[in-house]
Amino acid sequence: MNCIGSNLPEGIGQPLWLLAELTYRCPLQCPYCSNPLNYDQQKDELTTEQWIEVFRQSRALGAAQLGFSGGEPLLRDDLEELIKAAREMGYYTNLITSGMGLTFERMQAFKEAGLDHIQVSFQASDAEMNDYLSGNKRSFKEKLEVARTVKQLGYPMVFNCVIHRENIDQIDKIIELSIELESDYVELATSQYYGWALKNRDHLLPSKAQLVEAESITNRYREQIKGKIRTKLIFVVPDYYEERPKGCMNGWGNLFLTITPDGTALPCHSARELPIEFPNVVDETIETIWYRSNGFNHFRGYEWMTEPCRSCDEKEKDFGGCRCQAFLLTGDANNADPVCAKSPHHHLITDARDNANTAQPAKEPMIYRNRKNSQKLIAVG
Amino acid sequence: MKTVVTETPENQTRDKVEEPLLQQVPEINRLFRFQWEASSNNHVLLYPEGMVQLNESAGAILTHVDGTKTIAEIISQLKQQFPEADASLDQDVIDFFTEAHHELHWIEFA
Repeated sequence: MNCIGSNLPEGIGQPLWLLAELTYRCPLQCPYCSNPLNYDQQKDELTTEQWIEVFRQSRALGAAQLGFSGGEPLLRDDLEELIKAAREMGYYTNLITSGMGLTFERMQAFKEAGLDHIQVSFQASDAEMNDYLSGNKRSFKEKLEVARTVKQLGYPMVFNCVIHRENIDQIDKIIELSIELESDYVELATSQYYGWALKNRDHLLPSKAQLVEAESITNRYREQIKGKIRTKLIFVVPDYYEERPKGCMNGWGNLFLTITPDGTALPCHSARELPIEFPNVVDETIETIWYRSNGFNHFRGYEWMTEPCRSCDEKEKDFGGCRCQAFLLTGDANNADPVCAKSPHHHLITDARDNANTAQPAKEPMIYRNRKNSQKLIAVG
Repeated sequence: MKTVVTETPENQTRDKVEEPLLQQVPEINRLFRFQWEASSNNHVLLYPEGMVQLNESAGAILTHVDGTKTIAEIISQLKQQFPEADASLDQDVIDFFTEAHHELHWIEFA
C-alpha cells in the first residue's frame, strides 16, 4: 500500500508525520534545545507560500499529522494562515509551543483557523526552577496562563516537560501541576543527548537512583488517578539506561519528515548534525526528496550496517538504534548506537552513567542555547 | 509520543448482550478526529501527535457514529449495508463499542 504512484519505489513507508520547524528564533534558552548548535548561522526562513506548498506536496504523499514547531513557532506572523491552509488540506494540526507571548486573542484566531491541539512545554513545576532552566524570568507565569486558556478554549492539551537531573526530583510537583491544569496527555520525556543537550549532558543525565524514584512516583500517580481523571501520564526513560537502542524514528526515512526553517528536509530533527548532505524543498519536490534523495536513502534497509548490527537478529526491531547518537559518540554514523550492550563503544554510555551516579558530575557550567553561545561554539568548531 | 499504531480492538466474548448499551448514543471523543485517508486507503483516528490506522470493520462502524444514533440503530444500518454479514455482527459491534469506550477512549456516550 505504500506505492502511491506507478513509479515510486516500493517498500518505503509514507511520510505520515510532518514536522515544520518554522523558525529557529526563540525567547527561551533551554540547555537541551534540539535546534542545531550553529542555529545562529541559519537565519533563512521559508515564505508563507513555500510552507503551504510543502504542506500540499507532503499531504499528497500521505502526511496526516503536522507539527508546527521551532524555535518558537509563534514568532511567525503568518502562523494563523499556515494553520488554516493545513487544516483545509485535512491535516491534524499540532502547535508545539513554549507559550511565550501567546495571547487569548491569538489562541482564538488559531481555533477559528482550525488548529486541533496545543502542546505547551514547561521546564519545571515552579517559577524559580522553570525560569532558571529556560533562561527567561517571566516564563512560568505566562505558561500557566496559556495552559489555562488552552483548556478554556476547548483544545486538547499536551503538557510537555523535559525531565533531567535538575528537575527530576520535583516530578511529583510537575505531575500535580499537569493534573491541576487538566492536561489530556502529559509527556515526561527525559532529555536526549544531541546538540545542546549533549554539550550539557553531565548537568542533565539523571542518576539511576533518581530515575528509579521518578518512575515509581509516576506509577503511583497513575494508580491514584486511574478511573477518576483521564490525564494520561507518559514517562520516557533515557536510552542511556537501556541495554538495547531505541528503534529511532521508526526507521530512517520511514515515517517522519522534518523541514527546517530554511527548507532543508531531514529524516529526524537532529540529522543535521550528520556529515550527510540533505536536500532542500526550494530545489526539489517532496516526492523526489522522500523517495529518491541520497540523504533519505542513506540509512534505509540494512546494507549500510557494520557489525555487530549487520548479523544481529534484532536489527529489524531497532535498525541499529540512532544514527545521530552513533555519529556523535563514535564518530561513525554507520556504527551501532553505543546504547546497545553489543556495541564495542558501549563503555561510552556506561561511563556517562557512572559519572551521573557521582555527586558532582558536571565540571563545566551549563551552556544555555543563545546566540552568544551558538557563535562561540561555532568558533571553537 | 509521536506514534502511529495499527490497532484492531480484540473481540471479547460476552455472555449476553447488554440492553442498556444498545440504547447508548456514541460519539467520537473530542481528543480524536475520524477521517478517511485516500493515500493509504483506510480510515484513521487522529489525536494529538498520533494516529490509529483502522481496519475495515472499525472504519465501517465509526462512519455511522454521529452523536445522534444509538448503537442499536447503528447495528441495523450496518446490517442493511452488509446484508452478507453473519450473525455475529451484533456481538462484534457491541464488543467494539465496549472496548472503544472503556479501554481505548475513542468513544464517549452522549
